[in-house]
Amino acid sequence: MQESMAFTPQLGASGVAQWLWLVPAVPMVTAGVIALLKQPMKKLSSTLAIGSLGFSLLVALTAFAHVLSGWSHGYAVREVVNFSWIQVGTTPVDLGWVLDPLAAVMLVMVTFVGLLIFIYSTGYMEHDENYTRFFCFLSLFAGAMLGVVIANSILLLFMCWELVGLTSYLLIGFWYQKPSAAAAAKKAFLTTRVGDVFFFLGIVWLFAQTGTLLFYDNGAGSMEPLALGGLLVHHSAWGLTAAGAIGLLIFAGAAGKSGQLPLHVWLPDAMEGPTPVSALIHAATMVAAGVYLIARVYPLMAAGMPAGGTTTSLTVVTWVGASTAVFAALIAVAQNDIKRILAYSTVSQLGYMMAGLGAGGVAVGMFHLITHAFFKALLFMGAGSVIHGVHEEQDIRKMGGLKGAMPVTFATYAIGMLALCGFPLFSGFWSKDGILEAEQHWSVVKAPYYMLVFGALLTAFYMTRQVSYVFFGRYRGHGHAHESPRVMTMPLAILAFFALTLGAIGTPAWPWFRDFLNGNAAPFDWAGFNEPGLGMLMLTSSVVVLAGLGLGWWIYGSKSPAAEEPDALEKAMPPVWAVLRDKFYIDELYGATVIAFYAWWAKVADWLDQRVWGGIVAGVALVFRGWAQLNRFLDANVVDGGFDKGCEEIAMSGGLLARIQSGRGQMYLRLLALAVVVLAVILIWSSRP
Amino acid sequence: MATPLTGYLLVAALIFAIGLAGALTRRNAILVLIGIELMLNAANLNLIAFWRYGPHPELLTGMMFAIFSIAVAAAEAAVGLGLVISIYRHAKTTDLDQMNRMKG
Repeated sequence: MQESMAFTPQLGASGVAQWLWLVPAVPMVTAGVIALLKQPMKKLSSTLAIGSLGFSLLVALTAFAHVLSGWSHGYAVREVVNFSWIQVGTTPVDLGWVLDPLAAVMLVMVTFVGLLIFIYSTGYMEHDENYTRFFCFLSLFAGAMLGVVIANSILLLFMCWELVGLTSYLLIGFWYQKPSAAAAAKKAFLTTRVGDVFFFLGIVWLFAQTGTLLFYDNGAGSMEPLALGGLLVHHSAWGLTAAGAIGLLIFAGAAGKSGQLPLHVWLPDAMEGPTPVSALIHAATMVAAGVYLIARVYPLMAAGMPAGGTTTSLTVVTWVGASTAVFAALIAVAQNDIKRILAYSTVSQLGYMMAGLGAGGVAVGMFHLITHAFFKALLFMGAGSVIHGVHEEQDIRKMGGLKGAMPVTFATYAIGMLALCGFPLFSGFWSKDGILEAEQHWSVVKAPYYMLVFGALLTAFYMTRQVSYVFFGRYRGHGHAHESPRVMTMPLAILAFFALTLGAIGTPAWPWFRDFLNGNAAPFDWAGFNEPGLGMLMLTSSVVVLAGLGLGWWIYGSKSPAAEEPDALEKAMPPVWAVLRDKFYIDELYGATVIAFYAWWAKVADWLDQRVWGGIVAGVALVFRGWAQLNRFLDANVVDGGFDKGCEEIAMSGGLLARIQSGRGQMYLRLLALAVVVLAVILIWSSRP
Repeated sequence: MATPLTGYLLVAALIFAIGLAGALTRRNAILVLIGIELMLNAANLNLIAFWRYGPHPELLTGMMFAIFSIAVAAAEAAVGLGLVISIYRHAKTTDLDQMNRMKG
């Protein structure tokens, strides 16, 4: 769907928009305050964090209501507040924030899901000794993420983006005593940094071409027609327009953050962090930042799109997204760690979002982002509850039969799982169908459509496998499983409610979400279902989901195999299983190429350092040492010697003169007389004629 | 005019030399003082002689000079003797060779 927004220019921002900066600022300041607290002040730290995010949620809801009321009066709100941060030469560096439907929707989602996860964390992290530090990082993360959401300046967005990366690093490595957690944190940081380098190149290029850092600036921003027209005129290598090339560079950054191929490797490892972190960062918010970024710069990506056609950058986005979706879903089939399955599922769903953005536009991708945030946060928190209940065990083969012991967790997890699979009428069904529909109508090729349908089948399959292992059959773990406290199950129930119902805002009959984002009126009309091909599509998708569920149940069911027993699929086709289990050997590939190269390069650099640079430095040092020795010799023998001799002379003459001053008055008188005599002789002698 | 100026000057030089020798060689502080008085009086004799044989013998300048010198010498002798007495009280001696506390 082409974006045909007709945004009314705003003269001056409304009060809500003026104060929108409070949304990220309050949690950030709170993080600073919490950082000053002592470790035992647990209650205070979590209250502060939850309170600040609750405040942000209120502001976000006010802003959302403001946008909504504008929209219901027939105009789409886009209010910007820009200001000049610093002056570099004659170029002002502008920062600013924007309030439009996209930002409003995302703000509400992030603050709401974030708040639930904060509350859940008070239960999950209760016995952690670094509780205070945890909430400090969480607050900082929430602030940074909200900064990304409201940023109207690509520089401000990048700054918050990097803050998000930093806090992600801190939170993944929260249990840094575990070497695996420390390594995972490092891996996440470095992998996303690869994408960020490209992102930054894109920013610099965009700034060089358009002369502005702002997205929207009353016609002068980089996402507005004037600047985009200029970007289309410039051509770079390989027939790309500047807009296309910049779009691809920015997409590289988004791919790093959102775990798209080939930069997805960090996301599964990031599960080393505490489970609330996995839910907050690696399901609901941070990984969605990449998708959000593409949605934010969508005008740039879509610039110059012919009617019914596409652009180079959007084609790349679609292909990368679709490939990631299938690729990660395949890997998820053969994982045994409950959180890793969800991690690969996240990668896969992010691929769906990217493909939706590429083929269908902002609304399609963003709708899946919002629904996914709810049910994936639900699944992760459910997984956390399970892990808590079975005494910190994460291997699904050592669980089983938990549906009796943990009824609330089971019920909510099942809802999340069905939503993720896209079971009819659940939220995931509507958002995934939106993507599938967009792919089906994509003018370029149909391959991504078939890939995503296959991905949907796999999704249903691996989620059934996981649920069968975890909740059905008999319990194979140690000790007794127990249900989690209410503070953890309450957020689950709330999220489950949304996972079930949120799809209602995006059904074909009432595409409220799409029209809200695009600034059109959203009439309710059953005729939406009568669109040609839509019935067929919904049927296909339902059949695929049911097939996946059925297949999974048929293979795994309530069989409860022993932990040591090989997987049912492993027995059937061991080589394929091994490839999937080992994640297509991507990590090994990187280990053998990139990391091996770096290791080799580090050795070379070390050699250069020791032999070449070290030699030069040692040589220079030798010269200076020699010079110093010479100086020392001169000092000791010439300067000091001369000085000492001078002093000796003075002392000796002083001694001689002191001998004259004998203290005997007569001796003085004698000398005086002698002097007078000498003087008289001289006078007489000199006055002789 | 019986005696020429040279006679007076010779006598004065003789007295001065005697006084100088006494002041430089005697160990007794009182005798040194007496030597210094002799030297002063030799100088006074010279003053009178030069006045009397000078260009303006009618003016009393030389006489005045000598009388001043005698008065100052008297004061100086009083001070000198006072010092000697106080040194004697302090050190129980008037031997100048032992008075070497001004040694540097």
